[in-house]
Amino acid sequence: MNKNIFFYEQLYTIRRFETMLLEKFSTGIFHGTTHTSIGQEANAVGILSHLAGHDLVVSNHRCHGHFLAYGGDPQALFAELMGKPTGVCGGVGGSQHIHWRNFYSSGVQGGTVAMAAGMALAEKHSGSEAIVVDFMGDGTLGEGIVYECLNLISLWQAPILLVLENNHIAQTTPSQMAVAGDITQRFTAFNIPATRLDSSDVLEISDTAEKLIHAVRAQRSPQALIIDTARLGTHSKGDDTRSTEEMDQLWQNRDPVTIHGARLSAADRDFVHEKVDARIQTAFEGALEGEGRSS
Amino acid sequence: MSAKMPETVLESLNLGLQKALQENRNVILLGEDILDPYGGSFKVTRGLSTRFPEQVWTTPISEAGITGIAGGMALRGMRPVVEIMFGDFTTLIADQVINHLTKFSTMYRQQVNVPVVIRTPMGGRRGYGPTHSQSLEKFFLGVPGLSVIAPFNLLGDSPIGAPGELLYKTITKHNSPALFIENKTQYLLKLLSPADMIDYEVITVTPEDSFDCPFHKLSLRSSPPSQLSLAAYGYMAHLAMTAIKRLAYDYEIFCDLLVPTCLAPFHLAPLFKSVSQTGRLLTVEEGSQSLGWGAEVITRTAETLGDRLKISGRVAAQGIVVPAAPDLETECLPDEEDVIRKVLEMV
Repeated sequence: MNKNIFFYEQLYTIRRFETMLLEKFSTGIFHGTTHTSIGQEANAVGILSHLAGHDLVVSNHRCHGHFLAYGGDPQALFAELMGKPTGVCGGVGGSQHIHWRNFYSSGVQGGTVAMAAGMALAEKHSGSEAIVVDFMGDGTLGEGIVYECLNLISLWQAPILLVLENNHIAQTTPSQMAVAGDITQRFTAFNIPATRLDSSDVLEISDTAEKLIHAVRAQRSPQALIIDTARLGTHSKGDDTRSTEEMDQLWQNRDPVTIHGARLSAADRDFVHEKVDARIQTAFEGALEGEGRSS
Repeated sequence: MSAKMPETVLESLNLGLQKALQENRNVILLGEDILDPYGGSFKVTRGLSTRFPEQVWTTPISEAGITGIAGGMALRGMRPVVEIMFGDFTTLIADQVINHLTKFSTMYRQQVNVPVVIRTPMGGRRGYGPTHSQSLEKFFLGVPGLSVIAPFNLLGDSPIGAPGELLYKTITKHNSPALFIENKTQYLLKLLSPADMIDYEVITVTPEDSFDCPFHKLSLRSSPPSQLSLAAYGYMAHLAMTAIKRLAYDYEIFCDLLVPTCLAPFHLAPLFKSVSQTGRLLTVEEGSQSLGWGAEVITRTAETLGDRLKISGRVAAQGIVVPAAPDLETECLPDEEDVIRKVLEMV
């Protein structure tokens, strides 16, 4: 498949999954809460397309996009969100605690960095070629364990790509009210080489990620990638305090599906939409039909 | 492996670590100041970095970080052992233990094991003051998925001594997170051989579902039926052992002493059996009393035995900051005299 179409299909798969999820939440089918990846799809797709089979991914509360880009099954994720035994983690984990193959996510911000660092060090100690990609956000920077781990990641040269998705907002708190100083320097202060990219374009992200992943793999040492991005959805289901004007602006300029979609012909886009819509619909229905807990 | 028999709890624990490191390259020790020649604040790791340089990692003062990293390592097949220099600092790792290490296995649908052992010395009597003298293990009892283990200073059957054997098994055989509670004053205790225990009858059982943690029942040899069951662990069990001997010789009061080495999950069957005969239960712990180990042990006994438990009591630290001054510290922490006084009240 043509690379542009492939990327578009991935981006749109995440988008369609998340919009379907939000549409159906009000019907009471899903339990608990959820954090969607809408607006940040290009990070997941652009970066994870460079992983080898043995590589690891550690993600956070906003993990659906990463999971789907990693190759996770939308039906199993829908089922997980429905709390069904057929879910990725049997319904125990829910939206933010997912493990499948070498993909792991968890719900306490800073702890995921420690978890990822430990995994990378284990791979290094055992002599494996695997690397770890760890996704965090600007909100993660508030927790102290992150800095303990950056120090250790650098001291012990863990083979890890630290991806910071800077969407400029943590739940409802804008980053200018929560993050002092410079984000890139947080990494370079620990001697972790850091690259900053302001983009919602999957191709730009993919090109940069490819180089960094290659460096981590070749040098068995850490790299950081800070991506300035935009959260186009709410934090979870309806909690957004940003103005309509601001959101309109972001949708106009920062929507990765639109940005990359412009590279495709209308016919190709329609083809992808049709295919993915059907796939997500089938996944949703399949999850719905899956047996519930017999209690 | 050293052919020399260990004499103290400290030596035994050191041999337990040695044995685990030697047998399995995936056993990694992480901790602050654990490298030779210093060998750790309490010297439990002395000699290990020299023998196993690849497997002994000194760390910065980052308790949460190294515990979280140990969790990640364990998820990928390693068996990390974290030393937290003072038990007081376990507050710094609480999030890692409660929200991470103990969660992974269940929330990932039993697809992963997390064999992390966190070793730490609790306890006072060294004049280290408010933030270096506490016994905080009660805050970790009842965390789902966490085993809390505390050795007792018997020599036992193993050539490395019972405390070291327990630590070795916890590191190499226990597949979920464990908090291994040592005690500063316990380190220098002699490992008690059968000859040292000549006055006692010791019955050791291993409750089936308690991993490999022995549960000891001590009583005075050839004594009449016991009138009270005393429950204690770790260093306090050693004090209680002396106390039950004095109670027998000086007051003709006979007690069973029940010593679990697995504090959590609670496996108390031998204790229930003893209390069903004595009707009296006294718990002894070095941590503060409120909502402590004893509170849970007594509740479980009452739930199980109903009115066969006639009277219960607790000896524990006062609910205050542990002071540095020797006289104030002594007043705050429970000792042998407190145990004897309480038993005399109850019998």
